[in-house]
Amino acid sequence: MMTLGQRRALRLGLRLAAAIALTLLFMFPIYWLFMISFKTPDEIYAFPPKWYPGQLNFDNYAVLFKDGDATTVGNSLIVAFFSTALAMFLGSICAYSLARFQTGGQHLANWIVSQRMIPPIAVVFPIFLLYVWFGLVDTYIGVILLYTAFNLPYVIWMMRGYILDVPQALEESALVDGCTRWQVIWKVVLPMCRAGLVATSIFTFVFAWNDFIFALVLTRTEVATYTVQITHYFGGQSNFWAKISAMSVLGTLPIFVVTAFMQRYFVRGISLGAVKG
Amino acid sequence: MTSTPATLRAAFGERNFKYLLVGPAIFVLLLIGVFPLVYLLIVSFQGITMTETSTDFIGADNYRQLFDDARLWQSLLHTVVITAIALPIELALGLAMAQLFLDRIPGRPIFIALLVLPVVISPIVSGATWALMFNHRFGPINQIVGWIAGKETILLWTINPNLVYPAIIAAEVWQWTPFMFLLLLAALAGVDKSQLEAAAIDGAGWWRTFYRIVLPAITPVMTIAVLIRGLDLFRLFDIVWALTKGGPGTMTETVSIFTYVKGFQQFETSYTAAVALLVVVLLSAVVMILLRRVELAR
Repeated sequence: MMTLGQRRALRLGLRLAAAIALTLLFMFPIYWLFMISFKTPDEIYAFPPKWYPGQLNFDNYAVLFKDGDATTVGNSLIVAFFSTALAMFLGSICAYSLARFQTGGQHLANWIVSQRMIPPIAVVFPIFLLYVWFGLVDTYIGVILLYTAFNLPYVIWMMRGYILDVPQALEESALVDGCTRWQVIWKVVLPMCRAGLVATSIFTFVFAWNDFIFALVLTRTEVATYTVQITHYFGGQSNFWAKISAMSVLGTLPIFVVTAFMQRYFVRGISLGAVKG
Repeated sequence: MTSTPATLRAAFGERNFKYLLVGPAIFVLLLIGVFPLVYLLIVSFQGITMTETSTDFIGADNYRQLFDDARLWQSLLHTVVITAIALPIELALGLAMAQLFLDRIPGRPIFIALLVLPVVISPIVSGATWALMFNHRFGPINQIVGWIAGKETILLWTINPNLVYPAIIAAEVWQWTPFMFLLLLAALAGVDKSQLEAAAIDGAGWWRTFYRIVLPAITPVMTIAVLIRGLDLFRLFDIVWALTKGGPGTMTETVSIFTYVKGFQQFETSYTAAVALLVVVLLSAVVMILLRRVELAR
């Protein structure tokens, strides 16, 4: 017979073992991707595959920078950054109006968030036809404009939630003190939901950064993003795995770093604000 | 920064200020969200193809063609099949993981931080990652299968018609189970402790407690999670594109891939417009339900 203490320890041990096994299972593909990027081509194509590289070899990355392929990561950065800034500005002031004045009522709020749900392929097809007309294909402005519009509903929806969390009494006292509404927004409300602003910007940034289908259709060579570049390495007969893995790591590492700082707001961010976490 | 809006505010007054704040965002949404849909509607009644540039209206021919297009309905079926298999697995696995991590466990924050990682990876990258994993020559999966089988095994995961769906679903489940896990973990943590204690005092077993108290409590969050994931799965493109490009043949073509191929590889412009509108209409119903749920949970 086991004592109660022993049973508890056993249960905890089993749970810990399961937790470690699950985490290893989910981490393995990421490990594999990163690991491949440090292998030499000979090692990559060796059979049976070794589960670790012979040595840390940065040649696959050096090639990307030497050939200029790495500029696509820069393109991703530019379009994600500017579209995020624009969407955050337009979205936050719109969210304030929806939250405080119930502008347009529930219908407008619902309409805005439903814009987010339209399948990208259905939007990008007519957008492409229009962009051809206006000469916006393969331009920064074209891509930034589309990402801004695509992320606006998300920003408005999320910021509306965060602004509703700010006590209205604070605003009223600021108004009594002679602040204009515009000042109230910038000096009281937005600073109060700083954390929400940061979390929402990061999500918005990640959505744009990770997008593939919009960039696939709307870019050619000048502003191709890293996700599009990866698919260029998929050949008909053979794939350039060294480049695929190295480029994937270049695109993934920044995202890992950025999201590590926002664990607290993660659940709220991915559940459209429905779960406060 | 304050002067211009202040002047504007004076001109419009407080009553109109709220519209001024909403205006720019709505303008962008109308320009990029609504205008294209209207344009789609117009194009869908024309007869534009790669060789035909005339914009004369040809009536509802494109819509009639929708009904006879086996490839379209098959792509819808593929999408539904992937959703119907991947979503329950993600939900069940996510719930089990959430249950595992609900109670205190050493290193809990680290485990959670690591398990979250697949969610933030670009789907095109996770598709590429799984293409590496499933590679028939030097991928680790065939190697592991070989160890279990006891002999060298070469399974063509992205080519063999019997294996492509398991491969796609594995990648999909890997990337999005953590999403379910996180949401359900938050939901489980929010279950009323006093009710659980009362059930324990009454001598209710684990299953009975789960079925009667926990499940009803987490159902709202579960519904939202399923709807969000269902919507994403309906638009599935990237992972499949990286793994199979819809192949072999058109075996794994999803609706999004079908639309892309029609519009950007076969240039059946007007017909693609009709397809895209069909997709929007089909999705709208799900969106309506999701909206109501999110609003209720707020």
